[in-house]
Amino acid sequence: MQVNEKNFQPKIVAFCCNWCSYAGADLAGTGRLNYPANVKVIRVPCSCRVNPMFILRAFQKGADGVIIAGCHPGDCHYSTGNYYARRRMTLLFSMLDYLGIERERTRVEWISAAEGAKFAATMNEFVAQITELGENKRLEDLRCKK
Amino acid sequence: MQRIGVFVCWCGTNIAGTVDVEKVAQALSHEPGVVCSYNYQYMCSESGQQLIVNSVKEHKLDGVVVCSCSPRMHEATFRKAAAVAGINPYMVEIANIREQCSWIHKDMGDATLKAIILGRAAIAKVNLNAPLYPGESPVVKRALVIGGGIAGIQTALDIADAGYEVDIVEKTPTIGGRMAQIDKTFPTLDCSACILTPKMVDAAQHEKINIMTYSEVENVKGFVGNFTVDIRRKARHVREDLCTGCGLCTEKCPSRKGSDEFNMGLKKRGAIYIPFAQAIPKVPVIDETQCIKLKTGKCGLCEKVCGVKAIDFAQKDSIETRQYGAIVVATGFKPISLENFDEYAYSRCPDVITSLEFERITNAAGPTGGKLLRPSDNAHPHTVVFIQCVGSRDTSGCGKPYCSKICCMYTAKHAMLTREKYPDTDVYVFYIDVRTPGKGFDEFQRRAVEEYGVHYIKGMVGKIHDVDGKLLVDASDLINDEKICVAADMVVLATAIEPSDGARALATKLTASMDTNDFFTEAHAKLRPVESPTAGVFLSGTCQGPRDIPETVAQAGAAAAKVIGLLAKDKLTTDPCVAISDEMLCNGCSCCEKVCPYGAITYSNKEFRIAGKIETRRVASVNPAVCHGCGACTVACPSGAMNLNGFSNKQIMAEVDAICK
Repeated sequence: MQVNEKNFQPKIVAFCCNWCSYAGADLAGTGRLNYPANVKVIRVPCSCRVNPMFILRAFQKGADGVIIAGCHPGDCHYSTGNYYARRRMTLLFSMLDYLGIERERTRVEWISAAEGAKFAATMNEFVAQITELGENKRLEDLRCKK
Repeated sequence: MQRIGVFVCWCGTNIAGTVDVEKVAQALSHEPGVVCSYNYQYMCSESGQQLIVNSVKEHKLDGVVVCSCSPRMHEATFRKAAAVAGINPYMVEIANIREQCSWIHKDMGDATLKAIILGRAAIAKVNLNAPLYPGESPVVKRALVIGGGIAGIQTALDIADAGYEVDIVEKTPTIGGRMAQIDKTFPTLDCSACILTPKMVDAAQHEKINIMTYSEVENVKGFVGNFTVDIRRKARHVREDLCTGCGLCTEKCPSRKGSDEFNMGLKKRGAIYIPFAQAIPKVPVIDETQCIKLKTGKCGLCEKVCGVKAIDFAQKDSIETRQYGAIVVATGFKPISLENFDEYAYSRCPDVITSLEFERITNAAGPTGGKLLRPSDNAHPHTVVFIQCVGSRDTSGCGKPYCSKICCMYTAKHAMLTREKYPDTDVYVFYIDVRTPGKGFDEFQRRAVEEYGVHYIKGMVGKIHDVDGKLLVDASDLINDEKICVAADMVVLATAIEPSDGARALATKLTASMDTNDFFTEAHAKLRPVESPTAGVFLSGTCQGPRDIPETVAQAGAAAAKVIGLLAKDKLTTDPCVAISDEMLCNGCSCCEKVCPYGAITYSNKEFRIAGKIETRRVASVNPAVCHGCGACTVACPSGAMNLNGFSNKQIMAEVDAICK
């Protein structure tokens, strides 16, 4: 059990908007800025495309942390999408809180296309945080682990 | 189930150096739907693309997954290859295993595993892809250029010469911009006004160019080929259609307290003024904050002397709405504020001036008539100190982290001009590095040192003290490793440059992105340097980053070429990745309509046959020409009727599942 905890590799899903954060992730790559391989990015057109269902689904399927990254407030490619995302996630997070899911497992970050360094730093920090929290057991549906 | 082909790219060693591509191709070949899996050195090369085309035909593929660089790089390339092979280009998905895998991970095991997972996610997605067909939208054959400096003027001239209508919107009362304020240009020392003003006249006289000065962009709607822009025409209080530009009103105006912006505040001007003699349009403007008539109701002298009755105190701001196919941003730069640099005593000593103020002082049309006189007592300075990198390359947070690029050259020019006009003047230049890449630039700077005897001292200035009318400049000389003090009569600060006021607000209106220094971002740093990532928005000049006049003119031409290429098309194909509504599920609640930023969703009553009965229901439908595909509506919809082509709920769920498996 001890060994397992030490070797714990969290699964982290990052939803990145196509215009800012996905480009920021690309820039982190161009700059060869390291962050752990635990983070897997899913490209969405805008942070407002992220349905709260996607996050619940990720937790259900065994993700240990989910991060949503979009353009800075005021800079959304579609003018207002990130504001919707912010409100929706606030609601979702309060529900997750009610369910007893650690608040630290979810996060919304604003990362612009020019902020490769911020992308890498955020991911490093997030992975460290989730590693510390340990496995997500409360929402994981064991039926998915066949 | 689709028949899917997987193509893993090595990208030379960029991917293959950290990812075991053979293993990735092997692992992905067992995924559901995959019928063939290849790895190849350069998938984007012609032979790589040919491999995709041949495989599609040979294996009768419906879907293609390319594990390669970012889709922002080569998605279009591989979509084209798919189209060549005869399948729908939207049946291609990219797994980004370079920027988001091989380049950021060092361990081959981790990177390979991640690449396999990213590949699986792409396969899971492509399994749910459906063919999509782009629509068409018309192109308005008119361009908007925001900013009337040399960048905007050159862009407008080049577009207009190709036969398209151009509007220039300039926020100040005249076009000309910063270049009009400059005295001479490096490295040839030809007079700035002599090369700029003919271009201003060309622009004003061009039948295809319409200049709107004292105007600002208020609001932007629409998309590439079809922008609707509201332009605020600020109240000039002088009718452009009547005014002859005689200038009598500007002479008679009794208010003399306005700070002359064109002369960097070194002079006062009337409340009604023409910024400079060659201004275009040569029509005065009334400064509402200074005009006695507008403030107190008394005066009106300008109205009395005007022979053509052009003065109109009642004039109000008006909004003009126009359609454009393309927008060029050419908003330029301004010197930074020096409030964080108290050590240089700029706010306390009038003889500490900025380089742009020095330009006005040496200019024959400037406040001193071109004589080098210091502002405090109009005496000729015998020792002049130039300080470079004031606020540039400053990582302390007081200034800007970047190099302002033009300062080394203009400081050499200033030093040279000073020595040429007044050989009895001692000139010192303090610098961190002298950076002179450019045609004839290094030769120019060497001439300043070798022929004109300018003292270049490597080292920064610590503090300037004002003692008995002398400016004591404390500095370090890094080469001789000593502290020195120069007693100067005048100090010129090569101030860092930053984007103009309002650039950030404009970027928000255009939904164009900016970097951390508020310079506009280009679509690709190397391959698309004059295009903004927002389609139909182009960049010209220093709004994108510091640059000199020749570079600005070159970029202006390049931006114009891109605009001409766009306006030459009669129709543009529109992205088919737009929202669609499932009318059977829609209950007409209007939630989607409320969140749509483009007004793309409309409602209509439709008849449905449900269980043998005809029923009329109110349902949503999306106008694909107006929808931008953000997906806000898909999440707002409570009944799950809204979906997004290319990023459907099922597709994203499948990616989530594949990643979490």
